[in-house]
Amino acid sequence: MQTKRMTFPGSWLPYALLAPQVAVTLVFFIWPASQALRQSFLRQDIFGLRTDFVWFDNFERLLADPLYLNALKVTVIFSLGTTLLSMSLALLFAVMVNRMIRSRDAYTTLLVWPYAVAPAIAGVLWWFIFNPAIGIAPYVLAGLGHDWNHRSSGTDAMVLVIIAAAWKQISYNFLFFLAGLQSIPQSLIEAAAIDGASRTKRFWTIVFPLLSPVTFFLMVVNVVYAMFDTFGVIHATTEGGPAQATNILVYKVYRDGFVNLDLGSSAAQSVILMAIVVVLTVVQFRYIERRVNY
Amino acid sequence: MVENNRIGDLLAHLVLILGVAVVVFPVYVAIIASTHPPGTFVRGVMPLLPGPNALENYTTVIVEGRSRAGTPPIGGMLWNSFVMAMAITIGKLSISLLSAFAIVYFRFPLRIFFFWVIFLTLMLPVEVRIVPTFQVVADLKMLNSFAGLSIPLIASATATFLFRQFFMTVPEELMEAARVDGAGPMKFFRDILVPLSITNIAALFVIMFIYGWNQYLWPLLITTDPEYYTIVMGIQRMVTGGDSEPLWHLVMATVVLAALPPILVILFMQRLFVKGLTETEK
Amino acid sequence: MASITMENLGKVYAGGVRAVTGVNLDIADGEMIVLVGPSGCGKSTLLRMVAGLETITEGTLRIGDRVVNRLEPAERDIAMVFQNYALYPHMTVYNNLAYGLKNRRMARAEIDRRVTEAAEMLQIGAFLDRKPRQLSGGQRQRVAMGRALVREPAAFLFDEPLSNLDAKLRVQMRVEIRQLQKRLGTTSLYVTHDQLEALTLADRLVVLDGGRIEQIGTPMEVYARPATTFVAGFIGSPAMNMLPAGWLRGVVAADALAHLPAGADLIGLRPEDMSLAPASDGRLTLKARLMLLEPAGAESHLHVKFDGLDDMFVIRLPHVPNVQEGAQLAFSLAREALHPFDAKTGLRL
Repeated sequence: MQTKRMTFPGSWLPYALLAPQVAVTLVFFIWPASQALRQSFLRQDIFGLRTDFVWFDNFERLLADPLYLNALKVTVIFSLGTTLLSMSLALLFAVMVNRMIRSRDAYTTLLVWPYAVAPAIAGVLWWFIFNPAIGIAPYVLAGLGHDWNHRSSGTDAMVLVIIAAAWKQISYNFLFFLAGLQSIPQSLIEAAAIDGASRTKRFWTIVFPLLSPVTFFLMVVNVVYAMFDTFGVIHATTEGGPAQATNILVYKVYRDGFVNLDLGSSAAQSVILMAIVVVLTVVQFRYIERRVNY
Repeated sequence: MVENNRIGDLLAHLVLILGVAVVVFPVYVAIIASTHPPGTFVRGVMPLLPGPNALENYTTVIVEGRSRAGTPPIGGMLWNSFVMAMAITIGKLSISLLSAFAIVYFRFPLRIFFFWVIFLTLMLPVEVRIVPTFQVVADLKMLNSFAGLSIPLIASATATFLFRQFFMTVPEELMEAARVDGAGPMKFFRDILVPLSITNIAALFVIMFIYGWNQYLWPLLITTDPEYYTIVMGIQRMVTGGDSEPLWHLVMATVVLAALPPILVILFMQRLFVKGLTETEK
Repeated sequence: MASITMENLGKVYAGGVRAVTGVNLDIADGEMIVLVGPSGCGKSTLLRMVAGLETITEGTLRIGDRVVNRLEPAERDIAMVFQNYALYPHMTVYNNLAYGLKNRRMARAEIDRRVTEAAEMLQIGAFLDRKPRQLSGGQRQRVAMGRALVREPAAFLFDEPLSNLDAKLRVQMRVEIRQLQKRLGTTSLYVTHDQLEALTLADRLVVLDGGRIEQIGTPMEVYARPATTFVAGFIGSPAMNMLPAGWLRGVVAADALAHLPAGADLIGLRPEDMSLAPASDGRLTLKARLMLLEPAGAESHLHVKFDGLDDMFVIRLPHVPNVQEGAQLAFSLAREALHPFDAKTGLRL
């Protein structure tokens, strides 16, 4: 890894400069992570008197546990749903805004601010709109013949949390798509136009392929967001229900650790989640490296 | 534009206006709901036009809170959120500036090792190791304190990376000129590097303030004393506290107040916000 | 004011790469020395070693009578002008000049006096409140000089200070630097890759290649008697022609080359040392075919092929001759214009 061609002399100063960051990292990141790893191999008896080393038993149980497998499935559906919904809307908006000249900034401003809304608040907002008793959405849906109730229907609940999570993420995706679109050389599009490609055809054969690095990057970011940053959306609205229908992995770690006090299982879940994060991060960084080499 | 077709443009405007409507709608509904008396929400459909109770509702949440559900007045929670967000932001910025400075401008044993230690923090969002992290904070007696709310969140790989990246683009000669001019490392850092980074610092400030303000799970666990409740987690208490239907008019007034500060930050510093966002994630 | 003495100075980087080898150089007080050579020849490294920006791994460096090998740049009493100026972008011109003085805890009044004086000398007094980005390239260059000037140091170090300027400004600044240096009489070490800049600025110039000194001398010494084939090729534009001695012996009278030392197998010939005038007493004649004529107003460059050689050579005439491309021409030259070299060692004989 690079430094400057010439560096300052000094033996203790760099360590002192790094100390605060490293201290926080060690105490609040590395140590807890290693504790999770340790805990994942232990099990306490129900009275908390004995702690046994149980090898991979926690993991084996977990992977045999239908509730955990359900959470896994729910997480996949939730992540994909959120990613697809927010990315496709964001792309649509970005393409449209990119056509504009005078109104571009105005639309951008109107579309970016939901980024500032906390996931938990996003959840509450949509929960209110979809409230079975007084919400406007169920009222409209009833007119269309659908009896909305996210308190009893798992599908409805899932749709609700996906909408809430995706809504907040649109602005982020929009900004990146817009930046991506603006970096496509106009000459390429003009060349395609001279070659006789229609507007739609130009988009799918020239613009969209050129956006693929951004698209890929956003996919990873969105999956990470949906998996790890949406605790608030779930917790403030469905609390994982009904009947586990929206119990995503991150929420389950919290429930099992703090509500059900099953530390071994919670730790094992943490370890699995960390592994997922590591994989996603490596994917993302490999991609960044590749992009740098262009 | 390759070609201008008016129908296409019209269609685009239509799509965007619809899009903006969808994006704005939830907050619009919240603002409307926060102006109605409680009776409005007992039956029927939520209102879509403003009601007469705005002043009363906002006064209630700001001054009185909802003691029945264990929620303190909002003023205190807003203040707590602000203090937490500022502490996280300033903490992150300062320790990241210092570590990036060390990594870029010094050569020392274990440099790569420390770089990876910091890198690890990027990989481990607090949500995935929540139980042991809580344990550490509890052991350090930092529950129900601003220190507990902020310090565990101030390690930042993202900011360190961004500053590292930026420092690498600062011309070598500036540091050499400063040395010839008799500036030591810390003097160079203070007189030259930090002033040059000011745009980056401001851009990251926007992103991190929002990050800090929107913290949810962490304050939920760390604070049991209403004294330290933050506004974002306070809303959850209001929604789920008590068995009855939430008092929507008050909840929505709180939601509006909770969402307003970060939204204002984005709107007023949009250019910095976009820069911060697109550059940290590169 | 001080002399600078380099004794066997060398630099090996941590990775084992050798940048500078065995440099011995005495710079007299007030002298202007130019280090010149192609990129990668070690000239900048050598300058930076003097500045204290690169550690010295071999030999001894003295400024005045102090050994400064291990001193920080700020303690060496030198000032430096950087290639890209390295002005502090967030500071005004005034503060750029004053920064080094403030760091030395100089009295405010004295700082003010020096900055004003330097600004006047460099005609940047009107810009003292501006930021560097509001200045033109030439003005920035002056500010960079000003920053060195206010320090009133024992020596100025210039690291290719003119290479970012356009051609016209470069000539103008070159003249100004020389005048200023003469007026102040400050010892100066100046690095450039431009041989013309080196010739015009230097009291003495030092030609470097591969981290070693090839030749030290006044501009005219180096030009008139290049010590190696490298110097011969580097100093002078167009570069000196190199003719194989064997071929030359075949095309001129047998005794014409008798004055050249034995073993001279490569003969250098400056483009301007040939003329179209008919050979008279003692001058040699070479026949060549004109391949390309480049008229350049006051002078012209003739690209020719000599009979029996495949390479093209250049002849510079102080006028534009009335000749056709493809014509067979006869050039005359003085015997003294021939520079004898040993092809193997590259040394002048």
